[in-house]
Amino acid sequence: MGVTKEGVESTLTSKMNPSHLEVIDTSGGCGASFAIEIVSEQFEGKRLLERHRMVNSALEEEMKEIHALSIKKALTPTQWKAQQDSSTTQAA
Amino acid sequence: SFRCFSALNPALKSTLDKVVTSNKVVLFMKGNKDFPQCGFSNTVVQILKSLDVPFETLDILENELLRQALKEYSNWPTFPQLYIDGQFFGGCDITVEAYKSGELQESLERAMCS
Repeated sequence: MGVTKEGVESTLTSKMNPSHLEVIDTSGGCGASFAIEIVSEQFEGKRLLERHRMVNSALEEEMKEIHALSIKKALTPTQWKAQQDSSTTQAA
Repeated sequence: SFRCFSALNPALKSTLDKVVTSNKVVLFMKGNKDFPQCGFSNTVVQILKSLDVPFETLDILENELLRQALKEYSNWPTFPQLYIDGQFFGGCDITVEAYKSGELQESLERAMCS
């Protein structure tokens, strides 16, 4: 059984309780490969390295089969909102 | 009798302690700095080269035991793995983020001057 985008989403949803989650399948046919954007209150007060470790350990089982994983964003809801606001301002 | 599945035995751990402190900047990667064999490894090599920092690379594709042991040693499941001043700094995504924010340059500067 391979790892699916849906599988990654459901594991992260149940373990990290994210307020925003985007899992992008980047495999292009060469094996399970994903890019992730995740926003969770559990990242509060954690440095980037710790945040990535939390995502890695949540996906411990999947990691055995995942070929490549890229964590593009691991933000707290406050940081996420600030980013959204600033990008809206830039676009306006 | 017990069978131990951990790749990281005490002897190997003490060897890794020495390797990660053998140079201020050590990169465990797929391939080497002249011939990276994976895009993620190449990204970190290019960042380090652009910062003009001396660094040593070790090819984990040449040693399966080293590859498995490092995952446990760093508590990090993938490669590349960047070490600065004997401390695990991060993988590719963290290095890219830290490069953009200036945090990587700060860490390198601190390491070089220590």
